[in-house]
Amino acid sequence: MSRPTDLVQGTLDLLLLKILALQPLNGWAISQRLKQVSGDILQVSDGSLYPALHKLEQEGWITAEWKASENNRRAKFYSLTRLGRRQLQQEAANWARLSDAITHVVRLDEA
Amino acid sequence: MRIEHWFYKLPLRLRSLFSRRRVENDLDDELQYHLEQKTEEHISRGLTPGDARLAALREMDGLTQRKEECRDARGVAFIEHTLQDIRYALRVLARSPGFVAVAVVTLALAIGANAVVFGLLNGLVLRPLNVPRAETLWGTTYGEGSGWQSYPNYIDLRDRNRTFESLAAWSFTFAGLDAGKEPVISTGYAATGNYFDVLGVRPYVGRFFHASDERGPGSAPYLVLSYACWHARFQDDRKVVGRTIKLNKHPFTVIGVAPPGFQGTLMFGIPDFFMPIVNKEQVDGGPELQNRGTDQVIFEAFGHLKPGVTPAQAEADANAVGSYLRKIYPRESGTHRTTLSKPGLNAFTRPVRAFVGGLMALAALILLAACANLGNLFAARAADRSREISLRLALGSSRSRILRGLLTEATLIALAGGAIGLWISVALLHGLSVWQPFQGAPLHLPVAPDANVYVAALGLSMLSGFLFGIVPVRQVLRADPYQIVKSGSSLPAGRRITVRDLLLAAQIAICAVLVTSSMVALRGLSRSVQSKIGFDPRNTMLAATNLAMAGYGNDTLTAMQKRMIDALKTIPGVQDAGLVNNYPPLVYTAAFRKAIYREDAADLKPASAAAWPYFYDVSPGYFRAARTALLAGRDFTWHDGGAAPPVAVVNRDFARSMFGSVTEAIGRYYKAQDGARVQVVGVVESGKYLSLTEDQQPAIFLSFLQAPMSATYIVVRSTRDPQQLASAMRNKIHELDAGLPVDTQSWSTMLDVVMFPARMATMALGVLGAMGAMLSITGIFGMAAFSVSRRLKELGIRMALGGQRREVLQAALGRAFKLLALGSAAGLILGIMASQLLAYIVYQATPSDPLVLTGVVLVMALVGLLATWIPAQRALSLDPLTLLREE
Repeated sequence: MSRPTDLVQGTLDLLLLKILALQPLNGWAISQRLKQVSGDILQVSDGSLYPALHKLEQEGWITAEWKASENNRRAKFYSLTRLGRRQLQQEAANWARLSDAITHVVRLDEA
Repeated sequence: MRIEHWFYKLPLRLRSLFSRRRVENDLDDELQYHLEQKTEEHISRGLTPGDARLAALREMDGLTQRKEECRDARGVAFIEHTLQDIRYALRVLARSPGFVAVAVVTLALAIGANAVVFGLLNGLVLRPLNVPRAETLWGTTYGEGSGWQSYPNYIDLRDRNRTFESLAAWSFTFAGLDAGKEPVISTGYAATGNYFDVLGVRPYVGRFFHASDERGPGSAPYLVLSYACWHARFQDDRKVVGRTIKLNKHPFTVIGVAPPGFQGTLMFGIPDFFMPIVNKEQVDGGPELQNRGTDQVIFEAFGHLKPGVTPAQAEADANAVGSYLRKIYPRESGTHRTTLSKPGLNAFTRPVRAFVGGLMALAALILLAACANLGNLFAARAADRSREISLRLALGSSRSRILRGLLTEATLIALAGGAIGLWISVALLHGLSVWQPFQGAPLHLPVAPDANVYVAALGLSMLSGFLFGIVPVRQVLRADPYQIVKSGSSLPAGRRITVRDLLLAAQIAICAVLVTSSMVALRGLSRSVQSKIGFDPRNTMLAATNLAMAGYGNDTLTAMQKRMIDALKTIPGVQDAGLVNNYPPLVYTAAFRKAIYREDAADLKPASAAAWPYFYDVSPGYFRAARTALLAGRDFTWHDGGAAPPVAVVNRDFARSMFGSVTEAIGRYYKAQDGARVQVVGVVESGKYLSLTEDQQPAIFLSFLQAPMSATYIVVRSTRDPQQLASAMRNKIHELDAGLPVDTQSWSTMLDVVMFPARMATMALGVLGAMGAMLSITGIFGMAAFSVSRRLKELGIRMALGGQRREVLQAALGRAFKLLALGSAAGLILGIMASQLLAYIVYQATPSDPLVLTGVVLVMALVGLLATWIPAQRALSLDPLTLLREE
């Protein structure tokens, strides 16, 4: 489903799937976690987070559930589906291949 | 994988579509939660609540746009947009109910007409016979457009051809079917033994007859009932198999019942029974089976082509057999050509195809005219709505979205019109398929609508919706919101001829074609009603009897027939009575021709025939009863019997072509096929014999005493009430023989059968012409009303400045009238050219008839007057003061 050439989109999907693989989270928490794990290198605006989440949900890779949040308010929690886990493996493998290849190219000795 | 995928996706898609509000609320809540958290975070960093909220919103990078992206992610945007378009279109259309009503009715009529005609095409031409492997089944039409041939001829064709797997044949037979009660005159097929085997039809009950059952004339007294007959007359009784039933007093054993879907091999008739053709002569006393000279035994021979054989090869093969037969039997075999056609219509294939094809063309014209009409209306509406459209464009709507909206409106109207049209046509087709236009003749039109008709109607309405929907496209694409909003909705003046003018002119032309053809048809019909047919059908009752049905032998026929004539003459009020063998002229389009030769001809083969006149065997007094004028010589007498020298009464046409004139013909001779010299003793007026549309044809009348035949009609002339007369006639004949079935009908009623195609054609053309006229009215009305409302201001100023009524009218409606005149002229010329085609179905379809020309001009002028009446009134009743104040 993901297009390996669409780097940013594909990367965001991969990041989201990976984060949700660790534990179910709501949108706000996901944005916090994203900042936390990637520091300031990967800038994901709040604006692009939700369309991406909704797309993943519509693809059937993640599923949503309304639950009480840590501060006891109703929030939408996303978790990975079986399909999403498979997708994560696939995208992780794609990413590994791609980054290996690019690393390989970058390290070529210049003549 | 894919299925599992949809297992997750589908509920979400459905939820997005059907619980839209909840999904939207969820989206709001989710984003709201995020914003609140973010705001709190900013507050905790020291921002004021207001600034914190603004900062949170900024980081969202456009909340509304993000929401829209989330909606797009749902993957149902296309459906949602379409639904929105439909809702919007419905709202817009609801605001102009008059426009919608006119558009829907116009389209319903056009689609309805097309669906009915397509139903005819589908039932009569496209649908094959309901038998296995129908695609390789071909019938042979042998001779001049009909399949009639002799039985020995068929046998030779069957055994000598190399292209058919096997060849079966059949003919009609009419017989009194006696199942213990009173005999009922029934229609059946006399079929060869291999008939059912060649068709591959399986019996419903019992068994069918086979080739092995035939062992010479009269050897196979077996009867197969059609399902319809079994159901209606034997109440589905399976024990009927094995019973003995009498056909014209001859015992037959019922051996089986045909399946319900099988209705014989002619599309528009359902037979009551099937019997072996080897027993036909025995039953109905028809022409001899073994006589090669008669071509009245086999109606159609058909069979499956061998694998790989093309119809052209089979045709050449059959013709090769034909030439061979002509060489061996030069006397009996005519110079007929065999052509191949699909069985089911046989000899009727060409006329039916021409008729249905012509109707298709005219119905398509109606649809085109309706589309032009609606396209015009839509363009006018788009022009009226140019302000709204520019406003939407200015507010950022895309042109494609606006076009989608317009197309949605067109499609909605098309679907509504199509649905109503289909509903009308389905009702009509159902009516047609159970219609029995003639009592006694089991006519049946297999045109009940099926899936093909529904699909065609739906497709046509979608297509027409698209056709008229795209008319305003260019208008929208070229619309310049800035200009239109600034200067109001005035049209860019200067373009002299617009697309809409062309559309209207084309539409009027099409409608004028339709009006012209219906006029030509009407005129043709009225002519054929008034034309001289050589006898007077009014005040005559026909009594049809077949003495074979009561077991009379050939030697007793004429004596009994003379007794019947004399008995009928004794009925009070009866003026004359006379008999004719087989059928009287113009009944059941059944007339027979034979070759005759000049007196000195030595070589009697069909190629050297002097004429092919129609032949009738009549009794003395027939001419008087039929009111056929005797021009010279004498009528037959009761002395022109078997032993007397053969004599003939000929018609004027024959007398002229053979002997030069009426008076010269008397006393002269011609030679019959068998070589006998026949003397002409009388000349009668010419008439119509086979059909009303035929040209003048030669005809010969012989004495029935010299050609005894069991099947006859007695013409009884009387001014008495037909009902009373008919029952008096039946009583008289039953006094002579209580067991003889009699069928009485007036000659005029029987003529209806002959008139049927012309009547149908005229009716169809009349309906189409009326629809054409209606379409022109709505088209011109739309254009005139639009042009008046468009120029209200200008007209008001003209009137305020003292313009005369005439000038105002000219300004308002001049264009509409010009287009009407142009379109009508073009249509009239086209119509005259097209009515050459009508000559196929309509009697004397001569378009250069001044009455037709004036008629068309009058109708179109009336149409123009009607259509412009209301707009003209509106233009004239303008009050310049009110108008100018309003602007």
